[in-house]
Amino acid sequence: MVGRPGARPALDADSVAVMRVRVDAEKCQGHNRCFARSPELFDVDELGNAHELNDGVVPPELEDEARIAVKNCPEIAISISEEAD
Amino acid sequence: MAIKPVTDWKTDYDIFAKEYKKNPFPIWDELREECPIAQTERWDGSFMPTRYEDLVNIARDVKRFSSRDVLVAQYGEPSEEMELEMEERNEEFANVGAPPITSDPPVHTWARRLLLPPFSIKSVARFEPETRELCRSLVSGFVDKGRADGAVDYAQQIPPRVIASMLGFPKEMSGTFTEWVRGFLELGLTDPDLRQESARSIFEYLYAQIEEHKENPRDDLIGYLLTAEVDGEPVPEAHVLGTCFLVLLAGIDTTWSSIGSAIWHLAQNPQDCKRLIEEPELMPSAVEELLRAYSPVTMARVVTEDTEYAGCPMSEGDKVLMNFPAANRDPRKFTDPDKVILDREENPHIAFGVGIHRCAGSNLARMEMKVAIEEWLAQIPECRLEDPEAVTWSGGQVRGPRLMQIVWP
Ligand code: HEM
Ligand code: SF4
Repeated sequence: MVGRPGARPALDADSVAVMRVRVDAEKCQGHNRCFARSPELFDVDELGNAHELNDGVVPPELEDEARIAVKNCPEIAISISEEAD
Repeated sequence: MAIKPVTDWKTDYDIFAKEYKKNPFPIWDELREECPIAQTERWDGSFMPTRYEDLVNIARDVKRFSSRDVLVAQYGEPSEEMELEMEERNEEFANVGAPPITSDPPVHTWARRLLLPPFSIKSVARFEPETRELCRSLVSGFVDKGRADGAVDYAQQIPPRVIASMLGFPKEMSGTFTEWVRGFLELGLTDPDLRQESARSIFEYLYAQIEEHKENPRDDLIGYLLTAEVDGEPVPEAHVLGTCFLVLLAGIDTTWSSIGSAIWHLAQNPQDCKRLIEEPELMPSAVEELLRAYSPVTMARVVTEDTEYAGCPMSEGDKVLMNFPAANRDPRKFTDPDKVILDREENPHIAFGVGIHRCAGSNLARMEMKVAIEEWLAQIPECRLEDPEAVTWSGGQVRGPRLMQIVWP
């Protein structure tokens, strides 16, 4: 994460990448596939619109789940980014 | 009904043809490769895309492809009678139609907003226990006989009762109501008098229930619609009636078709029954896979201007059949599309449509399917079709088994 210099060594072979998911609200049509499968990563409002939880940060053990969410959203509304923490 | 046999599916398809009803998959495969936007003059004429990418593009292009008429010839007729009847009651209804399904933005936007909350994934979860109880008692009713019609005795019994309960109808009405709905949506397909009579009963009952709800306000779907506000204004009563009717039209034979197809699949694939019993956690992805492989619903669009799509010239007023089921078997999008893989990892199917008209009842439909399959397997772990050739299918825009004798040891 930017803004925390010194928390970890700068980008090098050992740096830990943080995965984030993001739902594009413009694209999401509320199929709720993401929430139904991974409520740890997503929530939905009463109109079905999804949003990522916890600022989108994906715990390492849920990284595969996040990739699956991307592949199952019919609206291609979910994206993943990985950046060095 | 057209009886002329189809000799060229690319230029003369017929979604009501016998072979299309029974086994449309090879037809779609051929069209997808050889003529991805097929065409016909039958049933007032239409175009029919079969590739995933084209379905998505057209569904998203709501300016050129309007939803003002989502049905093709045959299926649409009786609803005109309904509209006439409603018009007598309330002139306003003529302008209301059945939003959101038959509307475009901006009417679509608010009509849909109104409908979504009671069908959200969290709202429908409330109906799971009673749906489970219902399915369990249906299966208990025939399990000892060693046979049942998986469509008539099971699939068709579930969605009308769930919707009746959501609307807030008294419990003792649910049997009668289910018969009206079957008369309208199922038996009525071949018996126009029964269809009209059933529609009338449903309509009058709905009307009486709305009146009754006004006197005794309650917290159910009718109650919600009567007290909801759009832009600070109450929802016109005609719209409440139209919305209830839409929910019946859109939410019943669609769902019983997918429950029926799921049972049809299980009856022929004992390894899948076994797997679901041993690995119940697969159920959600199995439901998505069954929805993909046996998608029941083909909607329509109306072309709004003379235009061209993928090299096909189209004129204002032409219809386009939204063949979501064919898209879901497109090998460009799905590996091994004809295989049912219960734990398929990548399955962005569009059985519920795609874009702004995404099925408003999708969460309810999924819940009903899941519970219906679970409760069937709980008491009937193994079964088979008595005679696969004897199974009949509804065709046209909603595909599912209509008669399907199933036997078990
Ligand atoms: C497995 C069962 C179902 C399937 C496969 C299905 C399929 C669909 C499809 C494909 C659409 C999109 C129409 C389009 O793009 O023109 C749709 C729309 C709709 N469905 Fe369903 N449906 C099912 C069950 C239900 C249920 C249970 C309800 C309600 C109780 C429902 C209510 C609606 C409504 C209101 C719309 C219109 C949404 C809009 O236009 O904004 N459906 N459905
Ligand atoms: S799966 Fe996609 S469209 Fe559906 S709720 Fe999630 S982000 Fe929205």
